[in-house]
This record gives sequence, structure tokens and C-alpha cells, in this order.
Amino acid sequence: MISDKFYKYLGISGSSFLCIMGGAILIIVASNTLLNSDHPLHVSSYVVTLLGKYLCYAILAISIDLVWGYCGVLSLGHGAFFALGGYAMGMHLMREIGPRGVYGNPVLPDFMVFLNWKELPWYWYGFDMFWFAILMAVVAPALLAYIFGWLAFRSRVTGVYLSIMTQALTFALLLAFYRNDMGFGGNNGLTDFKDVLGFNIQENRTRLVLFVISGLVLMITFMFSKILVDSKYGKALIAIRDSESRVRFLGYRVEHYKLFIWTLSAGLAGIAGALYVPQVGIINPSEFSPANSIEAVLWVAVGGRGTLIGPVLGAILVNGSKTILTSAFPEVWLFTLGAIFIFVTIFLPKGIMGLFNRSNRKSNASGISKIAGLRKIFIFDGKKDG
Amino acid sequence: MADRKDTVLYLDNISVSFDGFKAINHLSLYITRGELRAIIGPNGAGKTTMMDIITGKTKPDTGTLLFNGNIDLKKLDEVSIAELGIGRKFQKPTIFENQTVYDNILLSLDNPRGVIANLGYVTTKSTSDKIDELLEIIRLTKYKNLEGSNLSHGQKQWLEIGMLLAQDPDVLLVDEPAAGMTDAETADTAKLLINIAKTKSVIVVEHDMEFIRALNSKVTVLHEGAVLAEGSLDQVSKNQEVIDVYLGR
Repeated sequence: MISDKFYKYLGISGSSFLCIMGGAILIIVASNTLLNSDHPLHVSSYVVTLLGKYLCYAILAISIDLVWGYCGVLSLGHGAFFALGGYAMGMHLMREIGPRGVYGNPVLPDFMVFLNWKELPWYWYGFDMFWFAILMAVVAPALLAYIFGWLAFRSRVTGVYLSIMTQALTFALLLAFYRNDMGFGGNNGLTDFKDVLGFNIQENRTRLVLFVISGLVLMITFMFSKILVDSKYGKALIAIRDSESRVRFLGYRVEHYKLFIWTLSAGLAGIAGALYVPQVGIINPSEFSPANSIEAVLWVAVGGRGTLIGPVLGAILVNGSKTILTSAFPEVWLFTLGAIFIFVTIFLPKGIMGLFNRSNRKSNASGISKIAGLRKIFIFDGKKDG
Repeated sequence: MADRKDTVLYLDNISVSFDGFKAINHLSLYITRGELRAIIGPNGAGKTTMMDIITGKTKPDTGTLLFNGNIDLKKLDEVSIAELGIGRKFQKPTIFENQTVYDNILLSLDNPRGVIANLGYVTTKSTSDKIDELLEIIRLTKYKNLEGSNLSHGQKQWLEIGMLLAQDPDVLLVDEPAAGMTDAETADTAKLLINIAKTKSVIVVEHDMEFIRALNSKVTVLHEGAVLAEGSLDQVSKNQEVIDVYLGR
């Protein structure tokens, strides 16, 4: 039976989580298509797209959790991998506009015509093909991560130093993508998309399908990650997180373990970005802003790092509150975000998921150890050597 | 001194200094195959630093460091040295606190260490039997599915010894195994180490003199990064220098 297999690999919490996810997606689809728009339970297409966006954020959150929650590598630059995936998709959508742009050039996107470019730059080749763009949405961030990780992990750069380097990485890309000469639309980025695979990107049905695809990809990501972290590789990864030098003295090449999950995680973030762009209709350099990456880390912290359900919950809850608060009281959002962070680190060091695993928590944690939790969760405890 | 062929670890004239402080000062030490050696000495004598040097964590400034007579350990990193068959137990028990006792042993077992091999790893019957056997030896069978953090200090020490055994190394470096153990546990640990030393080389650092006596092995006294005396425990404890710097205090 398939359900038995599911249960065996995903455990009770994993299987129920997937069922709830799948059910929720079905209900939203049904409500959007079957109910009249004046029905109180009708989910509007605006909300569907909004939720689709959250699902992409949830994929990004899982990718961050894989490196941070399971391997102890705190990345403050995962937004860069997300944005690169987004740009790959954006480039395809730009090519798909074809002659329908303002300038009517069948090959060159509008911004290139505007800049008086005569030819398509070489790195735009191939993006007229959808499969190539999807491939690049994974390969480009993964390759960047591989090079970055290869240099960092073999030099044993860890802890805050690595986190700061990832911030620098995303900031450098932010500055680079702002430049018009880069050929990615500069300040304005890529936008005014018309179709995706021939379907009108503005149409409600397309948006619904994009939402469903995002949900499916999230569920697949969840299953895949669950199997990965439960494998012996995953156990070694957790061991590295908790006691890196011990693992080395056991004869494991720690840098290979880190590099693998780091590269994989970047590719995953790229997929999230590629799903995100057609739903929001734009990708611009602000996606590289360091604050974005930090916010994404916060989703994971809120949900509970080192669990796979936590990051998904965190991404959806934090972004849901963000949407509500920024429209109701736009000026208080950043304060709320800060307050959430302080609250979570002091009272819920294991995030929302920590509430469910209370039995595992050390009882009567004193105030001091709660403050230590704050240090632990963000700066994270220095790797203890023997 | 000893025949190079029988010398599994050969440290000759090793020196290392940290910011001008000579932690190891012209240290020479030879460990033969199947030998059990106890190392004692006051705090700061360089015992842990010596283990760091052998396992590749610290690189010596000068001196010769050979394994099995011809492998230059100075050129290798911790992982390669571990792969060669030199295992280590830390002074502070270092186990994987968030993983079960079973998984701690599983990760330590002498199986392929590569990423790919472990992605598709499936525990076989013989592996789980071997883990059960080791758990029996270290008396943690009933705690098999307990997370490491729930063990007592002494149990953590045993678990780490179990992890060391699981690696199946040729040389075991054991740093203060008896710390935090009851007298009965200490005696059992000594018996266990004597048993291991029938087939492997074991170097034990300890402060507990009862434990050293129970090991009944050759003793090396370190002081200020060099060997002060070597011989049986009775011999070294009569040595006036040893009494002055260590035992007499």
C-alpha cells in the first residue's frame, strides 16, 4: 500500500502534515472555482495568488532550515539564491513577451531596446526555452553556492563569520543587479510579463494553477527533505551541527557534507524563486536586499528550526501577519517583526514546533538559559571542541 | 629505541608552542603494537596537546611523528588520521547529545564515510547486531533509544568509549575516561581498556591513581611538555622528581 510507505518514510507528523496541506489546497481550489464571488467562503483570486506567494516562501524556509536547522550553517544570504532562481524565470517570461513589448522587438526585451542594445547578450541565450530557464533556476544558484561553499567550508569558515559572508554575497549581488550594464533590467528588474507557457499570466485560472503547482512543489520538497534528514547522511549532518570536530575525528569529511546540503539548499531556494516570480509578476534587485534574507531566517526561527513543519508554518504565519499588518498599520510592521523575534527567542527558543514537543524540552529553563537561547538561536553556540 | 616495525606511534623530539608558550617541549614517545600506556602529569603538562598533535588537530612546530613506522602524520589532517585508524575520546565526553544512543554508535561504526554512501545507507542485520553487541559491552542496551543528552556523565563516558570501539581503530587515545564515574564503574572501565589492549594499542590519560594502578601498565609522566619519567607505576612513584612536581602535591 502506498499509504503504508508514506507512513513509514514520513512518520505520523509528516504524513498528517502532508494530508492537511493537500486538503487545504483542494479546499482553496474548490472554493475559488465553485463558489460565487459573493459567497462568504469564497477565496478570491487575489488571495489565491497571495497564498501561492507564501507557499514559495515556505519552500525557501525549508531550504534555509536544511542548512541552518540541520547543519548549523546560518545563512543570511539565502534571498540571493531565491532571487537568482527568480531572475532565471523572469528572463524566460521576458523572452516569452516576444514582439508584444512596447518597442515591438521580437527578440530584445524592452529595456535592452531602451538602452540601445543591438543584440541579445550571450547569457540570455536559451532562456526562450522553458525547460532551460527552469534548469538555470536551479543550476545558477546551486553553482554559485557550490563555489562559495567550496571556498568557505574547506577553509573552515563557520559561525558568524560565514553568516556575515553570506550577507556580503547577497549585498554584492544587489549592487551588481542594480547596474543597467548587467543586462538584467537594472533598477526596474524584469516585469510586464504576458504569458507563461502560452497561458495569460494575469488570468485567474493561470494563477490558480500556479498556486497548485507551488503547493505540490512544497509538498514534494517536504517529503524529499524529510527522507534526506532521516537518512544516515542526515544523522551525520545533525552530528556536525552539534559537534563538528567530533565528527571529523570520526573520519567524516565535514566539508563535503556541508557543501552537499548547502548546494542542494541553494538549488531549492532557486526553485522557490522561479515559482514566485510568475505569481508576483516582477523580479527586481530589491529581492537581493540583505533584510529579505534575514526575514526569511526569522520565519524558520518562528516556526522552529530543525523541524521541517516549523519553517512552513513560520513562513505562512509571519507573512500572513505581514500582509494584514502592513495594510492595516503600515508603520508598525517592523516593530512587530522585531517584537516577534524577541518573543520567540526568549519564550519559544524552539519556535512554534517547540510547543508540541514539550516533553523534549529541558524542564524549568531559567531566565538566564532563556537569554542564552537568544544567543544560541541567532549567533549560535560556538562549536565545542574537546 | 624500540624497533620501528613494532612501533605503532613514534613521536620524536616534538615541540609546539602557542604564542611563545612551549606546550610540548622536545617530547619523545614510542608506543608499540598492542601496548597499554598510561600518561599522567600535572595540569598543563601537555597531555591533551599531545593527543591533539597525534590526531592532527594541532600541527607540531618541529619533530618527527610517524604511524606504523612510515606514515608521516604531520602531513595529514584529522579526517585522514581517523581513517588510518587512530581514534580518540575527548576529556569532556563528546557525544551527539540530540541523537539516540543507537545513532551515536551507528555514526561511529567503521562504515563508508562518504556523502553518497550515506545518502542511500540502509542498516543491515549484521550492522544492528554489531551495534547491539557494542551496547551490551558499554551497558547501555536499555538506553538504546534515549537521546544522548539524557545520559549521566559516566554513561556518556561509556558511550564515547563505545563510539571509539565502533570505529575499530588500531590506536585508541583515551583522555580521562574515569572522570565522573563511580568506583565500580572506574574499575570496569579499567578492565575494559585492558581487554581492548589485547588487540589494539591504547594510550590513556588519567589523574585517578587507583585507575592507573588497575591498568597495571607502563606509565609515562609528562611535565612541562616533556617526559619526566617512564616505567611501572611503582617505579615512577618513587622517583623524587615525579613526587616533587606531581604526586607530592
